[in-house]
Amino acid sequence: MIPALVVFAYLGVVLYIGIFAFRRFEQRDAEGYFLAGRSLGPAVFLLSLFGTNMTAFTILGSAGHAFANGIVTYGLMASSSALIIPVTLFLVGTRIWALGKRHGFVTPVQMFRDRWECGHIGTVIFAVQAALLVPYIIIAVMGGGTTLSVVSGGVVPYWLGGAVVAVVVMSYVFFGGMRGTAWVNAFQTVLFLSFGMAALMLIGSSIGGYPEAIESLLDSDATASLLTRERVSPRFFFSYTFIPLSTVVFPHIIIFCLTARRMQQFKKTVVLYPLCILAIWLPCTFLGVAANAMHDVPGIAAKLDARALLASGDFSVGAAKAIALQQASAGDDVIILILEHYAPIWMAGILGAGIMAAVMASDSQILALSTMFTKDVFAYYGGTIRFGERAQVQMGRLFVVLITVVAYLIALRAPPGIFNLAVQYAFSGYSALFPLMVGALFWRGSTKWGALAVVTWTASTVTAVAVLQAVVPPPLPGNLVPVLTVGGTDVLTRTPGGTDILGYMPVVPMTIGSGLLMFVVSRLTPKPSQKTLARYF
Amino acid sequence: MPRWFLVLATVTLYVLHQDWWFWTSARPLVFGFLPVGLFYHTVYSLAVVVLMWALVRDAWPAHLESKADVAVGTPGADRPQAGGDH
Repeated sequence: MIPALVVFAYLGVVLYIGIFAFRRFEQRDAEGYFLAGRSLGPAVFLLSLFGTNMTAFTILGSAGHAFANGIVTYGLMASSSALIIPVTLFLVGTRIWALGKRHGFVTPVQMFRDRWECGHIGTVIFAVQAALLVPYIIIAVMGGGTTLSVVSGGVVPYWLGGAVVAVVVMSYVFFGGMRGTAWVNAFQTVLFLSFGMAALMLIGSSIGGYPEAIESLLDSDATASLLTRERVSPRFFFSYTFIPLSTVVFPHIIIFCLTARRMQQFKKTVVLYPLCILAIWLPCTFLGVAANAMHDVPGIAAKLDARALLASGDFSVGAAKAIALQQASAGDDVIILILEHYAPIWMAGILGAGIMAAVMASDSQILALSTMFTKDVFAYYGGTIRFGERAQVQMGRLFVVLITVVAYLIALRAPPGIFNLAVQYAFSGYSALFPLMVGALFWRGSTKWGALAVVTWTASTVTAVAVLQAVVPPPLPGNLVPVLTVGGTDVLTRTPGGTDILGYMPVVPMTIGSGLLMFVVSRLTPKPSQKTLARYF
Repeated sequence: MPRWFLVLATVTLYVLHQDWWFWTSARPLVFGFLPVGLFYHTVYSLAVVVLMWALVRDAWPAHLESKADVAVGTPGADRPQAGGDH
């Protein structure tokens, strides 16, 4: 139980940091509570921006994905993000900061409403953004439940672990607002960046070095492909380069961009972001792959046995058993199992806290949703005029509680792998909204009707993918189910991990479709006034 | 560095992400344990750091910060727009 106690101590530290921020700074007005008074310093800005973009899948999901799919995990999400996220922060993040500083925006919808001279279309944008953000919050609760359950050896059940995470996050967001969230994120980032390399070296030492483990994987036909990219097609690999486009469209990232004291603070963030990604993703990916050689860890051995049975093609197992085997072979907890087996008990606890740090990064998303609801709905439709400025902060706090409770209740349902859940819904949806941001900031010709077309398309396609994947069950690993075939070509295919459209992930046609709609619909509809355009270009 | 070169470098790096030449290879194992495909993307990530440093040094949009210092109020940020959407 010692690792679990260390993790609980960590949660106590996080709670203290969040509440200390509340006591030390006046946060009576909306800008103080929601944007930390636009006064975050350079170190906190870098660490908290990176930390807020990391989630449960950064450690748990990536290792689990690598456990099943191999080294491809790093190239899929990490190295593509290492390029695209800093470039978009450089081009888009700086513009958002400048516009926020100049015009006083607190949320992206405020900027869109002003840019395109729209009102209720802004509300539609809010609704779609909010709906897409909720899954991101859910995976944090799920990750917390999984972590506490495994670290405590089952003493803390999943439902209680999830509840603890939800209450802790809700509390420091409620009391500390953006300043508390930023400080906690900065602390968490230092913790889980340290975790990566420490875990790699410690576990390598415990197993007697990695060369033997890797050679054993290469010697087996069942595992040799984990060390190449054979399990994934080049088209699928390319598709993932669209996912990092979502980062600069996520409301919590946009709102974070607005908190910098000076634009210069983006410089260090842009340059160091790829290093931060390397520091955490490389160890997690490698450990996930290497776990396939750790047969002496009972939990991992059970997963390998389940996977072998699934791969044997023994159809006598039956559908229910096949589903049970799939769940048994899932690797979302593999890194915790490795730590518990190989790391000294006190170290396992600290490393467990590092995992919790990444897992609990939903704080910014919760605060962002609260900010958006308060400013884009409550204040916009007259709440501030009727109830006063202080009511905005109270309304924001109330929404923090509501969002957390809803996310927790949803998280109690058995999920698919953490990684797939995040990618399929939250990331793909926000990537498809990228043309919205590009249109607003870089193209004078974009209009509110183009924006409406983009959000409608995004909501429709995300829903369509969700319905398809609910109606057509996933096939067993190694199998594909054609859903739509045209002229002998499989256009739409159900895969074990999701859906393919001509071999590409749905995010590719979704984003391209959004871009086309923004262009075509904008060209056919009237532009905003010259006075408005002059404020942006 | 001229901006056209930085744009070209960024696009080139994006294209180089699709390293098909290491797709089915695990060997050589760099340092005795790191599959070559993973090593490639590790070096790729470090190359991105260099590119970002060059972008920040030679293409920083400093004009945005000076524009931002001009405080201009946003009309009706917290009030419904007159006439709504039409």
